[in-house]
Formats: sequence, C-alpha cells, structure tokens
Amino acid sequence: MKETQNSIGAYLKLHWKTAVFLVVLLIGIGLADIFVDSYMRRLLNLCAIYVIVSLAMNLVNGFTGQFSLGQAGFMAIGAYTVAVFTVPIESRAAIFYLEPMAPFLANIQLPFIVALILGGLASVVVAFFIGSPCLRLRGDYLAIATLGFSEIIRIVFTNTQSITNGALGIKSIPTISSLWWTYGTALLIIIATVLLINSTYGRAFKSIREDEIAAEAMGVGLFKTKMTSFLIGAFFTGIGGGLFAALLGTVDPKQFYFTLTYNFLLIIVLGGMGSISGTIIASFVVTLGQEALRFLDEPMAFGLDLPIFRPGLRMVVFSFLLMVIVLFYRKGLMGTNELTWDFIAQKYRSIKKKLSGKKTSTEGGGN
Amino acid sequence: MVVGMTMETFLQQLINGLSVGSLYALIAIGYTMVYGILRLINFAHGDIFMMAAYFTYFGIAVFFLPWYVTFIITIGLTMLLGVTIERVAYRPLRDAPKTSLLISAIGVSFLLENVATYLFSGKPQAFPEFPLMTTPFFIGGLSFQPVSIVIPIVAFILMSALLFIINKTKIGMAMRAVAVDYDTAKLMGIKINGVISSTFAIGSALAAVGAILWCMKYPSVLPLMGVVPGLKCFIAAVIGGIGNVKGAVLGGLILGFSEVLMVAFFPALTGYRDAIAFVILIIILLFLPNGLLGKKQVEKV
Repeated sequence: MKETQNSIGAYLKLHWKTAVFLVVLLIGIGLADIFVDSYMRRLLNLCAIYVIVSLAMNLVNGFTGQFSLGQAGFMAIGAYTVAVFTVPIESRAAIFYLEPMAPFLANIQLPFIVALILGGLASVVVAFFIGSPCLRLRGDYLAIATLGFSEIIRIVFTNTQSITNGALGIKSIPTISSLWWTYGTALLIIIATVLLINSTYGRAFKSIREDEIAAEAMGVGLFKTKMTSFLIGAFFTGIGGGLFAALLGTVDPKQFYFTLTYNFLLIIVLGGMGSISGTIIASFVVTLGQEALRFLDEPMAFGLDLPIFRPGLRMVVFSFLLMVIVLFYRKGLMGTNELTWDFIAQKYRSIKKKLSGKKTSTEGGGN
Repeated sequence: MVVGMTMETFLQQLINGLSVGSLYALIAIGYTMVYGILRLINFAHGDIFMMAAYFTYFGIAVFFLPWYVTFIITIGLTMLLGVTIERVAYRPLRDAPKTSLLISAIGVSFLLENVATYLFSGKPQAFPEFPLMTTPFFIGGLSFQPVSIVIPIVAFILMSALLFIINKTKIGMAMRAVAVDYDTAKLMGIKINGVISSTFAIGSALAAVGAILWCMKYPSVLPLMGVVPGLKCFIAAVIGGIGNVKGAVLGGLILGFSEVLMVAFFPALTGYRDAIAFVILIIILLFLPNGLLGKKQVEKV
C-alpha cells in the first residue's frame, strides 16, 4: 500500500505540470459546459469529434505509414449503428414511412453507450475485411480500397431502405448536448493512443513507417502489426461517427461523402503526420477555421460587391491550404514532435536566442 | 434472374459494355502510365477528366466554337493541365516520402473539384446533344446509338497509336526504361523530366478524348463527375496489372462488360452498379495481386 502511494507521489512529482494542466483542462470543459451557448457548444463538440477521428487517422497514416482514406465510411458505420439502435421505438413508424423497419431490428433499442461501442465494433469488422487483402500487399492499394469502400458504404446505406431508411436518412436520434460525452471520449482516446504509441506496439508501428523491410528483418510481423493499427483506427473512427450522429440528431448518406475524409487529411497534415498533440491542435484550428471562414461563401456584405465571394470559395481556400502545406511545410505544425514541456521550453529558449541574436547582428533571418 | 433476355438485347448489351469498357480503358491508361513511372496513384486524373469535360462544354455550349476546334482546344488544354500539375505539385516532391506525394495528388484532386464547383457551380450542366451521335439506327431489329460504335473505334485507334509510340519510338523506349529502373535510366542520360512530362501529356490527352466521348454518351457535366470514373479506372488498371498499358485496356473492358451485364441480368442490383468495381478489386487483390498481365514485383532493399 505504502509502495503504491510512493510511486504515485513520485509520478506526480515528475509530471506535476501535466497534472495541473489536466485539472485546468477539466475545469475549463466544465465551465464551458455550463456557460457556452448552443452554437458554440455544437462547435466545441464537433472539435472533439474531429480530434477523435483525426487521431485515429494519424495512428494509421502518420504513425504506421499506411494510407487509409476510409474515415468517412467508418464514421458512417458508427453513425448509422447509433442511429438505428437509439431512435425511440415509438417514432420509428413516422421515420420509416416509405418502408417499415426490418422486423428483426424494429423493436430493439439500446442505451447510447452500448450503441456507440457497437458502432465501433461494426467498423472493426468491416475494416478487417478491407484490410485482409490490402495490408498483405506493399503499395498503395489500401488508399484506393478504403476510398472505394467509403463510396460503397454510401451506396449500400442508400439501398437498404428497411434498415437505414435509404436516402431519406434517420431523424430524431436522441441527441447529446453536454460536452462531457465528446470530450470525455476524446480524452480517453487520447490517453489510449499515447499509451499505445509508447508501447511495444507503437514502436512496431513506427518501425513499419520508417522502413518496412528493416522492420520485417527485425522480427516485426508486418501484416499483424498493420492490421492492429488499422483496426484500432477503425474502432476509434466508428466511435467518432457515433458521437457525430448523436450530436447532429440526424444521419443521411450525403453527410458521409468522401470529401469529409479530406477534412481529416488536412488536419493530420497540418498538425504533423505522427504527432498526437499536433493533431489535437490542428483539429481545433481547422474546425474553428472552417466556421470562421464561412463569410467567404457569402456575397460580400460590405464595400464593393465583388463576385469573388460566393459558395465554394471556402473549400477552395481549404484545398489550397492543403496543397501549400504539403508542398512547402511538409512537416506541418509539429512534424513528428510532441508538445511536451521540454519541447515548449526548448522552443522558448530558441526564440529568445533568436530575438537577442537579432539585436546584436544586423542579419536576423528566420521565421 | 434472366427475364426476357433475347439474343437481340443481349447483343445490344454487349455493344454497350464494349463502349463503356473502352471509355474506362482510355482513362485507365493515364493511371497505369503514371503509376508505371512514378509509382504514384494520380488521384487528380479523374479530375483532369472532369476539367476536359468542362472545356468541351464551354467550347461548344458557351463560346459556340465548331466541334472540331473545340476538341483540339480541349485536348490541348487538358494536356497542358496534366503537365502543369506534374510540374507544380509532383516534381518538387519527387525525393520526398511517398506519403507526401500521395497527399499532394489528393490535394490537387480536391483543389480541382473545389475550383470547378466554385467557378462552374455544383449543379450539373446539360451537355449539348450531338444528333449525329445519338440518333439511333437499326440493324436487323437492333437499335444502336452511333456513339456506342464510335467510342470503341476511336479508343482502338488511339490505343494502337499509343502502343506504337511506346514500342517503336525513342520517347517510348525512354518511358519503358524509366518504368523499369528510374535511377539507371537517369544514369544512362535519359532526360527524366521530359519523359515524365510526356507521360502526363499522353495520359491527359487520352483522358480528354475519353471525356469528350463520355459526354456524348452521358450528356451532362458536373464538378464531381470525375470521382467515380476515376476510382473505377484505377481499379481497371489494377485488374489488368498496374503499370501495363495492355493490362489497363483489358481491365477497362472487363469492368465495362461486368457492369453492363450485371445490370442487364440482375435489374434488382441496378443501385449497386458502382459497387461492382470494388468487389472485383478486393477479389483481384486477394487472388491475383499483380493483376492479370502484371509481372510479379520484387521489393528490393
């Protein structure tokens, strides 16, 4: 007993800054949960969901070096699982008015948390079937197969009228409005990812990213390790999708167009492929940025009525941003670094050095 | 099951499959050539195809140019677009990690789609009809659209020309050399950049012709029209053996026939028409990962 107390004490001594930071963060979320208005609440919830899905994508693409583009599809599976199993039974007849819900599902209603986990597991099952042929091969087949899968899953969901209500989608899903669901899940997933990355598995993931042949020679089972990463990623993405459905209260196949995946791609590229903290920062930057730049899509309300501002400009800006980052700032914000206290201290020192260096010499370059 | 499938309708479906397959083949060649040389899935290829369709649409329906002028301008502009994309988005990343190159390709694709949505609006535009190509004619009780016959003929001529270029000309020899061994080809004095540019030019030109013929068959243009054909044609290239031009043609035809015949035999599955390509992809990757005509690739250290 005394020993464990000691080790906890030692741990706290070592990580007191992180502990303080976590406490501040939790208080911050708690305060936000009480005070923010419904628009901001929805936006903050969306940020947390983007953190979850982007983190899962970075696990596969950034840490393991496998190029998966199936995020929209896995989210759709998670979202539809939550939708189908949590919609109140009494409102089902009104939603499924074209064709009644399949009898084997019509009377099943599950608690949200169960449906959420079920959605993650359903994603895992599907990911297994996509991964088995693709992850055995070297090359980029995974990219095309996962992108194709997210198109197929939309086609399937549009055609299975009695389960998913086809193109009409499912409405009146019980919604979550508290920030704790999304942020709690996001925190759990962040912690799980950090532990995973620092474990033997995490080192195996990174070794595959750096050099498959060398990793294999060192005894890393390529297929098994890639599959582990891909399945964990799919599970998290499915959970993210389930939260997404519960946040919006409605799902339909159009929400899960493959362009959704490109948002997450932008996030992980901006944050740095292979950086957890970079992904978290970039999730907020991109989600809030997309909201802040909404004015680009509207005709100018002030000054000259330039025809430049019209629907679509925002997405042009975002895709252009993706290109600029890939071409000129390939490492993104963080590269493969993490935002640790040492990292901050180091940055602080180097900035300070640069500033003082500027004073002494006339040539003060740098960024 | 087979409901009222007569010999006539079956023949008609075969012609239809041939024309759809030839279109796929024309686009698939662009994928396979780029993959053969750069080992890159050129995600932007489907969107180059889409831009070509818009060029044709603007030439004919907006600027009222004669069709032959429009076709020449379209092919020229599309080649320019393809070469520019390679120059701007792929060349600076040639020594970067593969993932960066792949992301760049996705970025270009996303950018083209968004720029097209922004400039031309997301609504589909009606492509002017070519009465010469769409008025059906009859042979022995069978009705054909002339375009269904023209597509395979044009495709056949272009593919023969391409095979001639690849196998008999100097630039074709250089392309083959670069595809076999990039570094050695460089050491032998082959101008890599020129070879890659001409690969993109040829691929884009074929995509442009594909787009023109596509719009005659399916007369509407929209910014996301290149996505699904793009994915399918990459799959066609994988079916035939990625990197192999004849394989891409074979894969395109197989895909075209399977789609058309599946819908003809099982009308209930019409909604799943776009899904069959991916089912075939999974099967091919499981049992014949190098494709039908591909060589076994050995990964070297």
